[in-house]
Amino acid sequence: MAYTTGIKEHESAHKRGAMARRRLFLGILLLILSVWLLSCRPKPLPGQGSTDTAVETIENKGSDTMVNLALAWAEAYMQLHPEVRISVTGGGSGTGIAAMINGTVDIANASREMKPEEIAAAKANGITPVEFVVARDAIAVVVHPSNPVQQLTLQQISDIYTGKITNWREVGGENRPIVLLSRESNSGTYVYFLEHVVRLGKADSDLLFSPDTLLMPSSEGISCEVRQNPNAIGYDGLGYVTPDQKVIAVAKDASSPYVLPSVATVNDGTYPIARPLYMYTAGEPHGQIKAYLDWILSEGQTQVTELGFVPLLR
Amino acid sequence: MHDTRGRWMEFAIEALIRVLGISTIGIVLLIFAFLLREGLPVFFQVPLTNFLDVRWYPTFGMFGALPLLLGSAFVTFTAIAIALPLGVATAVFVREVAPNWAREILKPLIEVLAGIPSVVLGFFGMTFIAPRVREILGAPTGLTAFTGALVLAYMSLPTIISVAEDALDAVPKSYRDAGLAIGATQWQTIWRVVVPAARSGIVTAVMLGMGRAIGETMAVMMVTGNAARMPLTLDSFFRPVRTMTATIAAEMGEVAKGSVHYRALFAIGILLFVVTFFINLTAARAIFTKRRRGGLR
Repeated sequence: MAYTTGIKEHESAHKRGAMARRRLFLGILLLILSVWLLSCRPKPLPGQGSTDTAVETIENKGSDTMVNLALAWAEAYMQLHPEVRISVTGGGSGTGIAAMINGTVDIANASREMKPEEIAAAKANGITPVEFVVARDAIAVVVHPSNPVQQLTLQQISDIYTGKITNWREVGGENRPIVLLSRESNSGTYVYFLEHVVRLGKADSDLLFSPDTLLMPSSEGISCEVRQNPNAIGYDGLGYVTPDQKVIAVAKDASSPYVLPSVATVNDGTYPIARPLYMYTAGEPHGQIKAYLDWILSEGQTQVTELGFVPLLR
Repeated sequence: MHDTRGRWMEFAIEALIRVLGISTIGIVLLIFAFLLREGLPVFFQVPLTNFLDVRWYPTFGMFGALPLLLGSAFVTFTAIAIALPLGVATAVFVREVAPNWAREILKPLIEVLAGIPSVVLGFFGMTFIAPRVREILGAPTGLTAFTGALVLAYMSLPTIISVAEDALDAVPKSYRDAGLAIGATQWQTIWRVVVPAARSGIVTAVMLGMGRAIGETMAVMMVTGNAARMPLTLDSFFRPVRTMTATIAAEMGEVAKGSVHYRALFAIGILLFVVTFFINLTAARAIFTKRRRGGLR
């Protein structure tokens, strides 16, 4: 009797082990299945069947600063023209230009001008890049809302970012150390800020960001730190500035007026840290690409303000 | 009939396992060859003095990798200095002191710790730990080497605890019995007998934790501030620092393929590979020494 119960117990334990193993296996299977289902969920494409052969695709790649703007344009344009499909990807100005030179994209977005060596590389590939200024962007200098400093000159900002000024007291603030925040060094915004603010636009200057500058991997990294830290100073595209950061008024030099960045002050040229945003095509555009660029330069400009950028003057 | 089939199956399975095992080594070698192919040319394009400089401004042709190397070392050693006592103490508690029911709860919990994705820890570090480091410790910013070390210490703890616990587990029961029999208290037995006997296993645990810490990227990138400065003074604990892993992750995405900068990032990858290789080698040596002594396993 005792012997048989022993066997039964043994058997049930064995069965339980097998069941647990089967359950684990099922669980893993379900997990794999759900990951797979999630990963191949089709991307929503407004108003088009993928089998439609008449659809023309425009590849658009480049600047991370411009990616939201380019997406908004692409979505609005595809609503109006279901026969065109526009795919937008980021990756940085340099990446977009390189792809345009290699002929893998139709339009490259760039938050800086093409460098002479990039143009040379394109020419060597038999491509003449054509430049379009599609919008303008102000770069705002931001601090913590509790920081009493209201305004700075370009010279002061340059001294702060090169590490010459290290305390807020020296520019009329509290006795606090200054914590410098910047975007990563491949960002077009970084290059623009270095050339036009840190080096004050002087081509022969070899000033660099102080080694103490914190390089943040994203715009969110900058805004997160500026929100929390009363010592911090940062810069970013006006479109990325949230209301819980304080924007500094900037003057070209000590005798100029201090100006806050806005659509009006960028357009009348009084705000000193503003830059054009570019799109580049390989050769003169024609067909759908030309129609798209024409639309961006006319009706597309209404989208620009909504995203915090500055539309072109018309 | 049945016998030959069985033998054939055996042979096939053995061969399969052998091929899989060898291919793992092969893949590691191929990765290293790839790293060398992509990274080595930079030493012909950029003078070595530039590479050993203290300024890392890759967009302007300054590839001084010293701040990155020291940054990684600084954060890793600080992290291990925090994690070592905590990890060994936890392992001793779990293995030697805790009652059975507590051990049953603690062990799986520690394993769960290892499963937290690093980006989640990084986010936690950025929004919760960093502001407290700034407010409580008075640092100018919370994104510092110390914050990174705290996060890394937390990440390497599960590795250190479970390997150290295994090492303690391997100490023969007779050691403990002998300790207690000569009148030592439980604490004296643990501290003077069991832990020293498990020493080489604990060293392995620390080495593996270190390997985990130095290779960690995401969390470190989010909390250390990524300023390529030399961490040479004492206040460097509370200043930002840039590690090799964060540099590669932050810059590789946008660098043009085949450029000097691209190759410099691969050269840093080689450096990182060599460093982790030597750390793991030291860990392996500790394991083999232990085997040779033959006392424990």
